[in-house]
Amino acid sequence: MSRLPPPLADWIAARGWRLHPHQQAMLDRADEPSLLLVAPTGCGKTLAGFLPTLAELGPKPGPGLHTLYISPLKALAADIRRNLGAPIEGAGLAIRVEDRTGDTGAHIRRRQRADPPHILLTTPESLALLLSWPDAPRIFAGLQRVIVDEIHALAESKRGDQLMLCLARLERLAPGLRRVGLSATVEDPPALGRFLACHPQPCAVLTADPGPDPDIAILDTETPPPWAGGGGRHAIPEVLDQVRRHRTTLIFHNTRAQAELFFHALWLANEDALPIGIHHGSLSRETRERVEAAMVAGALRAIVCTGSLDLGIDWGDVDLVIQVGAPKNVKRLVQRIGRANHRYNAPSKALLVPANRFEVVECLAALQAVRDRTLDGEPRGPGPRDVLCQHILVTAAAGPFGADALYAEVTTAGPYAGLSRPAFDACLDFAATGGYALRAYDRWRRIMLRDGQWQLRDPRSAQAIRMNIGTIIDTETLKVRLRGRGGAPLGEIEESFAATLTPGDTFLMAGQVVRYEGLHEMTVEVSRSPGRDPRVAVFNGTKFATSTLLTHRILDLFQQSRWPDLPDHTADWLALQRKVSCLPRADRLLVESFPHDGREHLAIYGFAGRNAQQTLGLLLTKRMEEQRLDPLGFVATDYATLIWGLEAVTDPAPLFDPTRLRDGLEGWLAGNAVMKRTFRASATIAGLIERRHMGQRRSGRQATFSSDILYDTLLRHDPGHLLLAITREEAERGLVDFGRIEEMLARIGGRIDCVRLPRVTPLAAPLMLEMGRVPIEGAGRQRLMEDQAAALMAAAGLG
Amino acid sequence: MTGHPFTLAGAALIALPSGALWWPDRRLLCVSDLHLGKALRIARRGGTLLPPYETRATLARLDGDIEATGATGVLCLGDSFDDLAAAGTLPEDERLWLLRLMAGRDWIWVLGNHDPAPTGCGGTHRAEARIGPLTFRHIAEAEAEAEVSGHYHPKCALAGRARPCFLLDEARLILPAYGAYTGGLWCHDPALVSLMRPGALAILTGPKALAVPMPRTAPQIRPRSSSLSR
Repeated sequence: MSRLPPPLADWIAARGWRLHPHQQAMLDRADEPSLLLVAPTGCGKTLAGFLPTLAELGPKPGPGLHTLYISPLKALAADIRRNLGAPIEGAGLAIRVEDRTGDTGAHIRRRQRADPPHILLTTPESLALLLSWPDAPRIFAGLQRVIVDEIHALAESKRGDQLMLCLARLERLAPGLRRVGLSATVEDPPALGRFLACHPQPCAVLTADPGPDPDIAILDTETPPPWAGGGGRHAIPEVLDQVRRHRTTLIFHNTRAQAELFFHALWLANEDALPIGIHHGSLSRETRERVEAAMVAGALRAIVCTGSLDLGIDWGDVDLVIQVGAPKNVKRLVQRIGRANHRYNAPSKALLVPANRFEVVECLAALQAVRDRTLDGEPRGPGPRDVLCQHILVTAAAGPFGADALYAEVTTAGPYAGLSRPAFDACLDFAATGGYALRAYDRWRRIMLRDGQWQLRDPRSAQAIRMNIGTIIDTETLKVRLRGRGGAPLGEIEESFAATLTPGDTFLMAGQVVRYEGLHEMTVEVSRSPGRDPRVAVFNGTKFATSTLLTHRILDLFQQSRWPDLPDHTADWLALQRKVSCLPRADRLLVESFPHDGREHLAIYGFAGRNAQQTLGLLLTKRMEEQRLDPLGFVATDYATLIWGLEAVTDPAPLFDPTRLRDGLEGWLAGNAVMKRTFRASATIAGLIERRHMGQRRSGRQATFSSDILYDTLLRHDPGHLLLAITREEAERGLVDFGRIEEMLARIGGRIDCVRLPRVTPLAAPLMLEMGRVPIEGAGRQRLMEDQAAALMAAAGLG
Repeated sequence: MTGHPFTLAGAALIALPSGALWWPDRRLLCVSDLHLGKALRIARRGGTLLPPYETRATLARLDGDIEATGATGVLCLGDSFDDLAAAGTLPEDERLWLLRLMAGRDWIWVLGNHDPAPTGCGGTHRAEARIGPLTFRHIAEAEAEAEVSGHYHPKCALAGRARPCFLLDEARLILPAYGAYTGGLWCHDPALVSLMRPGALAILTGPKALAVPMPRTAPQIRPRSSSLSR
């Protein structure tokens, strides 16, 4: 049994603490080349990760970097530094711990490269940047251990793929490096282990005691949830009551806009002036840090938040989690519930607040899934090649490399273990010449082969490559600040939203109604404007698709003859839908057609998840365009697609011919907005489009042009280009999700029920208020533009 | 061709949906801001390697307009090349394509801020050109009359779609950018609002040229298509 160094063991004993079994197991198995710890929140997971490091470094460690800790959140790195301080200082260990993130000053970053600490806490992006410097081999030569925290979250995005490429590089710089992954509860730990390990080595999995079942229920409200839309504001009195009855409550929302609206409404009803804060990713760092500090100090009774609090700091005093809106995904719900009661072996307490009638059904389905301990999750695809293109450029920035060696290195990363040599070579060619069929840039290559080594043609381009590091694609945002000298920064809004504001407009920001005053040096200036009805800031929230598991459970619920587990209002609503139309079922496809507000509508209840329903919208509107039904646009939710246009669809069955749907996917999907959005992200990651940085945006706006133009140009002149192939791969697994359309087509087997109705049906009502509408560029749009142009000219007396 | 006909200082002109200006009486086609060779210039400077097809895309469009109108003269209203070196480094096939378009036509290059000196491509180079009642120059001058210019790349939104556009009042016309890799400046930008007189029109390019009163302020409502937003 591995022992801790005496001073540390004494310090722990002096506090009356004992190691949890999984913490001891981490010490005992410290020599495993790769080790994944799966444990619920609140059981000392992070300390478990660090114990072997503290044991190995001991009281008088030699110089040099021993352990690299990587977290998805900057704030977490800073928090861990504080938390590690207690045992290290308490036990009198001479271990230096420092964090290094985008917030670390240039001076400290330079010093860290010259003289690295024993333990460096960082993020995937900061690590990639560190590896792009020519002195990386020296910094990492003695590295012993890498700890990847919240690896379950990193593995869900390209940040994880980039990180695994960086670990492959570290393995070359420090052979024999040991890897540790720390994960919340996941459905397939061995798959996460393969993601982490140095391929083909195996990864051992350690599973901590999952603890008792959570105490979870749907919150009863006096006012039933609204028919449509929502945000949970009907539940304000009951939520406030729960806040009063608990020490600290986290109130989770699915989008930032909903969090802002809910927070605003909560404050208006907060007669006891309970201290309640708000926390989400669009708020300024200062605002977020203030809330976090107040929370740590126990000064807040509740925090209205989004996914920004899914990870991170252990809030010891949280004793209730409230989820407002549909949970979408059972695994994420379980992880959120785990935020409550961070005491090991105490049940977490959670309440679900469905925001509308449909979500009541989804919440019930999710609650039953949590009780049955079934988790959902889609298998992870192979590592995306746009990330690899960036990695090749970053590698070149660090110094010359051989193609064979880099290929061997890259394929030790779990996500890229199956990467073929031709696929790798295509990325290398893209990095060097752009990879165009027209060899226009042979003289102006970005990297070129000299003496068998690939290197930058122009060493100065290393700077541009470093500026482009990262896989997070932000929409362009503007800072929001209170007007006046030293006005407090409030957060950020999307540029497209800011462009629509005129002085005097009001919107919600950081829980306050603010009035738009003007734009000053790329900052939106606002003043406080109490008591007015706000327009809502449009935030970019990630939209998760409801999992297959959950949609199947919902469809099963629909088939019950009665719904004793559902509140009366929802049961009555489903009964009404059954009466005027019918309820969707897994083995048939329900399609409703009705006029509304001067437009013809078609609702298709495919229950295939948001992305697949969106694809279905694109495929169907294309067919409608061919049939001269003049569709104008559509919106997709997790369970349905709603299409509106100028003509009614009388016979939808031919639209769903699977062969023609598949042809459509092959043939023309290329031209649509979803593909362009996907292209923009991949082209930015791969380095074709440079990120725009602070200050550069202002000059010559007419000189910058949209990535859509690049996409259209490539499609016309170079359809075989690597980035188009990457875009297709990305779209098919992400935004297109054709797999789930196939799943739907298979289960409905051509059985389509078309119902024509004089008005919106109970089930279609929520669709009318959905955001994220996709316009169709076709004959209908042109008809509309011409009508509008004629009307404007007539109004101006020019018609 | 569904262009928008209008008169400026007595000259009968047509704004073509492609973004070119057609003067039937003079058989003159006018285009602005081609920015030929832009991708190569960015690469030369160590920037990213954009798809190197924008010059042929622009030339193909110009070829189509010349063919459709039967123009005997072409006037390029400045920023025809993305920089002075771009004219010299055009790939051979693109250079030949341009020469073929120029052959047998009066070809006038008006100088722009990107190409402020003759480029050695043949044709006539002018700081500005006076033809009949009209003056053609790259950048509009505040007090000018009967002026045709480019430079600003104006764009305008209608029914939620942004398109490059012409701007027209009784004194001047500003052309949209014709080149493939060009962005736009909103026509409600102060630079354009101060140039254009009250009553100015924006003529949107696209499948058909569409004229609307030029918007002078940012749209009040976020442009998005919605059956509920009306």
